[in-house]
Amino acid sequence: MRYSALQILKQGLTGNKGWTPAWREPEPRTEYDIIIIGGGGHGLATAYYLAKEHGITNVAVLEKGWLGSGNIGRNTTIIRSNYMLPGNEPFYELSMKLWEGLEQDFNYNAMISQRGILNLCHSDPQRDAYARRGNAMLMAGADAVLLDADGVRKLCPDMDFDNARFPIKGGLWQKRGGTVRHDAVAWGYARGADERGVDIIQNCEVTGLQINNGVCTGVDTTRGKISAKKVAVCVAGSSSRVMSMAGMRLPIESHVLQAFVSEGLKPTIPGVVTFGAGHFYISQSDKGGLVFGGDIDGYNTYAQRGNLPTVEDVCEGGMALMPNLGRARLLRMWGGVMDMSMDGTPFIDKTDISGLFFNGGWCYGGFKATPASGWCYAHLLATDQPHETATQLRLDRFKRGRMIDEKGVGAQPNLH
Amino acid sequence: MSQTYRIGRGLVDTNSTIKFAFNDQQYTGHPGDTLSSALLANGIRLVGRSFKYHRPRGIFSAGSEEPNALVELRRGAYQEPNTRATVAELFDGLQARSQNHRGPLGFDFMGVNDLLSPFLSAGFYYKTFMWPKAFWEKLYEPVIRASAGLGSLSGKPDPDSYDKGFLHADVLIVGAGPSGLAAALVAGESGARVILADEDFRPGGRLHAETMLVDDISGEQWVANTLSRLRKMDNVRLMIRTTVYGAFDHGIYGALEKKTDHLASSDGMPRQVLWRIYAKRCIVCAGATERSIAFGNNDRPGIMLAGAVRAYVNRWGVTPGKRVAVFTNNDDGWRTASDLVNQGVEVSAVIDSRDIDAPLSISGASVVMGASVVDTMGRAGIHTIKLSNRQTIKADCLAVSGGWNPNVHLTCHQRGRPEWNESQACFVPGGVLPDGMSVAGAANGALSLSAALSSGIDSASLTLQSLSIKPASVDTPRADDESTRVSAFWHVKESTKRCWIDLQNDVTTKDIVVSHQDGFRAVEHLKRYTTLGMATDQGKTSNVLGLAIMAEHAGKSIQETGTTIFRPPYTPVPMGAFAGRSRGKDFRPTRKTPSHAWAEARGAVFVETGNWLRAQWFPIDGETHWRESVDREVTQTRNSVGICDVSTLGKIDVQGKDAGEFLNRVYANTFATLAVGKVRYGIMLREDGILMDDGTTARLGENHFVMTTTTANAVGVFRHMEFCRQCLWPNLDVQLISATEQWAQFAVAGPNARKLLQKVVDADTPIDNESFPFMACGEISICGGTPGRLFRISFSGELAYEIAVPTRYGNSMMDALIKAGEEFQAVPYGTEALGVMRIEKGHAAGNELNGQTTAANIGLGRMVSKKKDSIGNTLSEREGMNTENDLALVGFMPTNKSVSLSAGAHFVSKGNEANTENDEGWMTSVAYSPSLECSIGLGFIQRGQDRMGDIVIAADPLRGGTTEVEIVSPHFIDPEGERLRG
Amino acid sequence: MIIHHPLLGPRDAAEFVYLGDASLINRPDASADDAAEQFYEYQYLRDNVAGEMRELWYHEQGDRSWLVVTRNTLTHEISKVELARDVARANGRDR
Repeated sequence: MRYSALQILKQGLTGNKGWTPAWREPEPRTEYDIIIIGGGGHGLATAYYLAKEHGITNVAVLEKGWLGSGNIGRNTTIIRSNYMLPGNEPFYELSMKLWEGLEQDFNYNAMISQRGILNLCHSDPQRDAYARRGNAMLMAGADAVLLDADGVRKLCPDMDFDNARFPIKGGLWQKRGGTVRHDAVAWGYARGADERGVDIIQNCEVTGLQINNGVCTGVDTTRGKISAKKVAVCVAGSSSRVMSMAGMRLPIESHVLQAFVSEGLKPTIPGVVTFGAGHFYISQSDKGGLVFGGDIDGYNTYAQRGNLPTVEDVCEGGMALMPNLGRARLLRMWGGVMDMSMDGTPFIDKTDISGLFFNGGWCYGGFKATPASGWCYAHLLATDQPHETATQLRLDRFKRGRMIDEKGVGAQPNLH
Repeated sequence: MSQTYRIGRGLVDTNSTIKFAFNDQQYTGHPGDTLSSALLANGIRLVGRSFKYHRPRGIFSAGSEEPNALVELRRGAYQEPNTRATVAELFDGLQARSQNHRGPLGFDFMGVNDLLSPFLSAGFYYKTFMWPKAFWEKLYEPVIRASAGLGSLSGKPDPDSYDKGFLHADVLIVGAGPSGLAAALVAGESGARVILADEDFRPGGRLHAETMLVDDISGEQWVANTLSRLRKMDNVRLMIRTTVYGAFDHGIYGALEKKTDHLASSDGMPRQVLWRIYAKRCIVCAGATERSIAFGNNDRPGIMLAGAVRAYVNRWGVTPGKRVAVFTNNDDGWRTASDLVNQGVEVSAVIDSRDIDAPLSISGASVVMGASVVDTMGRAGIHTIKLSNRQTIKADCLAVSGGWNPNVHLTCHQRGRPEWNESQACFVPGGVLPDGMSVAGAANGALSLSAALSSGIDSASLTLQSLSIKPASVDTPRADDESTRVSAFWHVKESTKRCWIDLQNDVTTKDIVVSHQDGFRAVEHLKRYTTLGMATDQGKTSNVLGLAIMAEHAGKSIQETGTTIFRPPYTPVPMGAFAGRSRGKDFRPTRKTPSHAWAEARGAVFVETGNWLRAQWFPIDGETHWRESVDREVTQTRNSVGICDVSTLGKIDVQGKDAGEFLNRVYANTFATLAVGKVRYGIMLREDGILMDDGTTARLGENHFVMTTTTANAVGVFRHMEFCRQCLWPNLDVQLISATEQWAQFAVAGPNARKLLQKVVDADTPIDNESFPFMACGEISICGGTPGRLFRISFSGELAYEIAVPTRYGNSMMDALIKAGEEFQAVPYGTEALGVMRIEKGHAAGNELNGQTTAANIGLGRMVSKKKDSIGNTLSEREGMNTENDLALVGFMPTNKSVSLSAGAHFVSKGNEANTENDEGWMTSVAYSPSLECSIGLGFIQRGQDRMGDIVIAADPLRGGTTEVEIVSPHFIDPEGERLRG
Repeated sequence: MIIHHPLLGPRDAAEFVYLGDASLINRPDASADDAAEQFYEYQYLRDNVAGEMRELWYHEQGDRSWLVVTRNTLTHEISKVELARDVARANGRDR
């Protein structure tokens, strides 16, 4: 069913009784060309682009819970392409361009809202680093504006400009950055993939990988054995667990990132703002809730919850930057498990096992990458060649000494 | 006419009257009132508008679960959006305003949304607003945003202060209702350290809302007696107005205590205190929350939870209506009718969905069993209800009870999943509870008073036993085991009108149907698609109802359908409370250098360097631009002498027989061979082969070294060295201590540095070039016996020393140095001049040591000794870090000397387009060099060392500049190092 | 979280800085023939277990001890806390 204003009118006038399910609930078949493990944003996007761009529709997405239950269902919804390093920036800019046409492409309103992202700087070296980054962005075809303190004040007047411990000296502004209704991305991709024949199988947990003589031929699941020519792992926080079934150790640790939302408020925050002297970033949803977060808790965990020191640290940053938030109430906090890689950069790659592919290591930045991740993973699965923007997102880059370390903190995942 | 709905005294102080305003209209109430009880007493029924359809709404509950009656409390900077009127204590002069409407509350222009509701069903916005593409940000979204949201912030800094505190307890009891009080009695009498916390300002829970007896006295009296017993126990801390909002790992609980919210002014006191409670055990006695039933137009003002109606009547002496009807599926609902009748309020009807004998007789009411309410009339407040048997009944208040939900929230905070209890028709705590937590009373499904009391006693006893504390024998308080019979009943299917489930977010049963049709059938999908349970009450009044109707629709059991889990906080917590005192200038500690006072008196401009404040430059009379000051400081230092406080550098004292060997392993270059009395520059790698830090280390004795680190990395380097010492080489004889704060250190630089120092350093230490050559160091005395250390090292490239004294002498030392330098016109210089001189000299600093660069990148590859193993040595040899195209740190000068360079510009070869593919590196640091009288820069460029004299483009599209630059040696000044050895 | 420091008793985890898997104690021998491979695995590959994990915490706001904490990454339950120095010695690390 095609969604449109007319359709809403028609259905509304006939008692909303004619809507049809956004996706089927198929039984798994015994064999597919490609199995994608993980029905989160990246897995569903991969399925969608396999079907739409490469015409490969004999595909199953296996999801152990409900589709979209991974980090696509719990994140702070930010999209941006403000990376610095050549191994990263073209990939994220591809993602941004895909976001920009996504809703019309998959006929689903994901409320992509390009109201801008502003990274604040509080010292001269930080401004120099932003200048380096901003130029890298422009050279990759993205947009960037370097603002001074006055420019920042014009954009976002309700911040602490006069009594701050770390005065705001300026900021790097990407106008095309913004936010997206995160769940809708999963739903839109799922609907689009399903429509083109992909089987999305929920409540189907992969319990083993069938590997014989270095070739992966399928998976064991809670709903039986399923064969496939190619198996594509795409499970974010569960990456190490799934890949250990193939005997692989990964350059990845699982950590928890907490996020927070306030009660609904009338508009007060323009776009996305990140604090440069503490761990705090914030935006405001269309419903009016302030959506904010900060750093990961910092210890390895698979529990989807964090602890108080981080909550307090984040709110301290919030109050230092925006002291007018004091009387806004934090409504809900939650945690997601992040696949933190050793240099803060993800992987989209083949493995040493023939037919087994890996996509992971997204750290806390996977949401914005969803379209490009799906696009490039689909490209790799369909053509056996990495997409041109993802040639450096390889598993062997540490062995070769070709890290892509935006933050420059080295092989310590909890610092990325 | 005032307080015409006040029918009794309840527990408010009617002898005293206080004034308040709602929507600028003046009213009166009494101490003990909440804003909602006072509004009801004054006959105010319409208090707000719903989120989506802007439907008129009234007070729905009597507690923190309130979804409707949210107001903006107070004015000006104190304005507080979304405050639940049901928990806002009335104080004299209170001002509140309704929110989320355009135009007056009684005529909200946004009410038009209600008429469009057929087109605004669940998820409608995912299906439209996509064309034309540009319209989302320009039109649709601004309109949606402006009409969404609830209350508004003032936009001004929060004028209140917030504190934080830490408490420890053997047993934390959450909730001071009947079970909590009973548990506290046992735990208190047993000598355990007890914290009893309750969110209400009047502990006692439902006992104040009911008329039941305990131990043959009134519930209120029993509460008073029990509190008085508890207050006499030193081991019991009673915390009222305190909400335990979250259960975290290892028995850590978060609690918010409201200190001044009930006062007209906080008057300098902290408004709230955020407690972190460390509890060995926790007993959750958080009670239960009533739920509604979905029937046609069940959202009108005047439709309330039955238990809340009872609470207003019994506790506040207020009746929410003059003619009340009751709609229930359980025996508890009947108590509302009987309590109302006992207070002389007319009950027009009791409608019970169960086809059983009426449990009570209610005088004057028509009792209709096996029936339900299908519709209600009255836009701004109900006046009539329609029953399934077509009967019409007059009522200005409809009390609804769909049963009670145990408050299982805290049990979910570590992802415990509640279980469905079929006989009680409610979710009870299930899954794995947080370690050390137990649940008692209604929160655990013990819904009758006597069950709650005995469950409090029992769980306290078990808890104490688990702590090896002998439980005191406390008689279980006697109470009637009143009937709590209930038959699950969720949805009046005969209703053709919209039936609300989530009042605040306007989720109706039709939305559940559409959600199911659209394929959103998992409970998490339902929640996300319809926004059910995502309002400010986190679904306290709506979740179970929604799930049950979803289950019904899908033909599944509720247990099969499952439930979402509650996240912290239990009730929303202000961000200000989480931040506490860490805001404004107190956001982070401020570290001041030892000569801060001197610099301040001298009029220095300061700059934040991490947590340090450092002097950036020292302006003098007549200087109007910072560059004038900085140029003067550089020039004077290079021509005569300048002094700079460099105490912020990290200083690590390294001692032990193996100290030299240890340094050999943490530094990439060799240190074991360093002679006593000498200093060496060292570079330190991370284990991944990337540069971690650089600095100098002095050997003061055979087994004694003093290391300096960069300011930024002082903490990290020390941590790393402790890791190496304790974890990698635990048997090396080496000890470390951070001495950053113990020593004040000053750079004295310039051709006259020695002459100046000779006036300060005591004569017994000769510091002529022979006796104290470049890279010498020693322990000295100064100014007639003050102990100090002297290092002949140079960051500026000049003849230079660093002199260190114990920190307490730092300020005087600066003064003494400047005074001694008067004859040389010595200048103090700040971080800017320091930066200019290090760029002129080609030294790498933070912009170059950014965690991405190798020793080879900064031209020091040969320093990485291959004769020994050191941290990072092996991995620094990887292929990708040693390619022909590697970046090299070189100097840059504009071909046109009048042009200023910009840090952050990227290098491309002449003729190439500035794009990612052609990117050859970037400018890391720039300065105006007063010595060369032009702008100079340092930067990384591919194969830089082989390209001296090449002209490349420094592209800076960000600032609209393209500059031709020449690649030069990074050593702009004195490349042979003659000055510093002179 | 609360970490029971073997010398100082129960301490809030906020006093500590986290490093990661305790396998980081077992730094390879740089003179081994396959040192490059060993260092790569040591530095970059992780078991990342879902369950009981031994990990390194540093008491930065305290006595500067490095600790090996045995903690369950599914439940956060801590079952053992040792001084890293003792663990290192037990693992055969020396000078």
